[in-house]
Amino acid sequence: MSSKVTRISNWIDYRLPIISMMKHELNEYPTPKNLNYWWNFGSLAGIVLMVMIISGIFLAMHYDPNTKNAFDSVEHIMRDVNGGWFLRYLHMNGASMFFIVVYIHIFRGMYYGSYKYPRELLWILGVVILLLMMATAFMGYVLPWGQMSFWGATVITNLFSAFPFGDSIVEWLWGGYSVDNPTLNRFFALHYLFPFLIVGVVFLHLIALHQHGSNNPLGIDRKEPRDSIPFHPYYTVKDLFGLGIFAFIWAFFIFFAPNFFGEPDNYIEADPLVTPPHIVPEWYFLPFYAILRSIPHKVAGVLAMVGAIFVLFFLPWLDTCKVRSAKFRPIYKKLFWLFVVNCFVLGFVGAHSPDEVFYYLGGMSNQELGQITTILYFAFFIIAVPLLGMFEKTTPLPASISEPVNRGGDRRKKSRQEAAA
Amino acid sequence: MKKLLTTAIVLAIFYVSHAIAGGDDTETLVRQDWAFEGMTGTFDREDLQHGFQVYKEVCAACHGIKRIRFRELSSLGYNEDEIKAIAAGYEVKVGPDDMGEMYDRAARPSDAFPPPYANDKAARAANNGALPPDLSLISKARVGGADYLYSLLTGYGGEVPAGQEVSEGLYYNPWFPGHQIAMVPPLQEGIVTYSDGSSPSIAEMAKAVTTFLAWAAEPEMETRKQSGIEALIYLAVFSLLMYLVMRQVWSRVEK
Repeated sequence: MSSKVTRISNWIDYRLPIISMMKHELNEYPTPKNLNYWWNFGSLAGIVLMVMIISGIFLAMHYDPNTKNAFDSVEHIMRDVNGGWFLRYLHMNGASMFFIVVYIHIFRGMYYGSYKYPRELLWILGVVILLLMMATAFMGYVLPWGQMSFWGATVITNLFSAFPFGDSIVEWLWGGYSVDNPTLNRFFALHYLFPFLIVGVVFLHLIALHQHGSNNPLGIDRKEPRDSIPFHPYYTVKDLFGLGIFAFIWAFFIFFAPNFFGEPDNYIEADPLVTPPHIVPEWYFLPFYAILRSIPHKVAGVLAMVGAIFVLFFLPWLDTCKVRSAKFRPIYKKLFWLFVVNCFVLGFVGAHSPDEVFYYLGGMSNQELGQITTILYFAFFIIAVPLLGMFEKTTPLPASISEPVNRGGDRRKKSRQEAAA
Repeated sequence: MKKLLTTAIVLAIFYVSHAIAGGDDTETLVRQDWAFEGMTGTFDREDLQHGFQVYKEVCAACHGIKRIRFRELSSLGYNEDEIKAIAAGYEVKVGPDDMGEMYDRAARPSDAFPPPYANDKAARAANNGALPPDLSLISKARVGGADYLYSLLTGYGGEVPAGQEVSEGLYYNPWFPGHQIAMVPPLQEGIVTYSDGSSPSIAEMAKAVTTFLAWAAEPEMETRKQSGIEALIYLAVFSLLMYLVMRQVWSRVEK
């Protein structure tokens, strides 16, 4: 039996080398042996993408992208379709999970300098994936056609009116004079299309990754054979363990707090005549929303929001430090964590209305807090990172992955050599 | 670094919970120990049936529950004959018949609850311009959920604070946004008599009807939580096994 399978697979592989390619890329693919758990999030992101696509396809079989029926069809999925509530909550919480995983993946890349030579294009493709994900998530949130769907879409599409010929652009996006049926129709079509574009860019991301292999917590290149281990079984099993923990958390939200990340207003059907008191985007957009609102000038605000993501494209060149890992960059390490905290504060700002005043911050208004954190966000990329590249004194790098203890390792090696001599 | 990481995580939780609660401006609601809360929570069947009775005899005059079909009342503990009898008490507009006319017939278990008004305009006309919302999703559609509904229903009759305007035809209710609500105080002592002859208090009626509405918004909740326990057990065992396999496999790697 198995010899028959081997013969068939050999027959195929001789003509179409897909099996040996998979074997090469997944099985033998040499990987640094010192990857920590932060390296789990790349494969997790890939898995979430697949789950989102599959659950989305089944949801699309029952969903109706018409303003008259969209809200009802989602409730039809929740109440009448077998396991429909599971599919819908899986997909809905999956969006939040996807962003959590991808944000951690990006922060990991920043901490360990994974964007540096020779992985600049790998990083840029990742930022492209982030942009596509954001567009996909935004359009997906419109589909249930609740109040937040409608008003979120109205506010965000209106941002384009800040640009020259803005009103024409907005009308073109809407397919009319307001967010309406044509808008919902095209958002549905694009929400179905974009994930497949993401899959395409993910493949490029993987090709770029496999060209030079994974970075590692030490940020140094692999030098000797014992620095590497084959991807399978070592990282397949580690990824499966990580998947188990991740799926546990995801399942907790699906089954026990399915609306934790959502807004109650989105269970009210969209009504163009009633504006909700607080229009807030989904949590994963809050830091960018905060940057947008912090700047009193409309065009500048939109440019700053877009710039907050586009600055990531230039990170490989803004950072001129040759040492990759923050482990050996004492000042960068501290500033990195401050940057992370700053991102959370930006998110907090985005969730609150601008005129709120925080007495525990000495009567600072939310608007002011947003302006300070916006400046800090850009200062990290444009001032701190380039300056550190010039002036930071890095600590000595270990000789190799297998000799992580810097001088001690050398000394032991030397004494061993001396003893042998 | 560990310390900073902890700070980041604490901030993350703080920020997410704030984002969900929508800030500090929601007043503290009257909290209840709901039987359906928590990981193993289920709906109290007696509360469900009482709540349905309160809905039917009080709320239904103005509020529909259009997403519920009569047959789904089996979740409340009614049997097939009881559901048929309940449905038969309603008339639904169906058709057109062979002559092209719409006609009324007694509802069947497969029908949804008919709406109290022909359309939104008719509803507004009958209610002084206010639109009584459909209640099928109400407990998911309001910040605070069940606690909000309970607070609202029991929140009438308090002293109107100085400076609070209450317009003609509106009622003071501290839990409603703007504190003025068009809904007439719906629950009164003696408005409902349960089948055992008892006459519930306002608080008891509010609790029962809130339970019923929580069910109406999430009829899948009991199945969902039951499957959830199974899923979590499965994933915990899977993770543990994978952890042990990982330890075994990685023991071959020279540190």
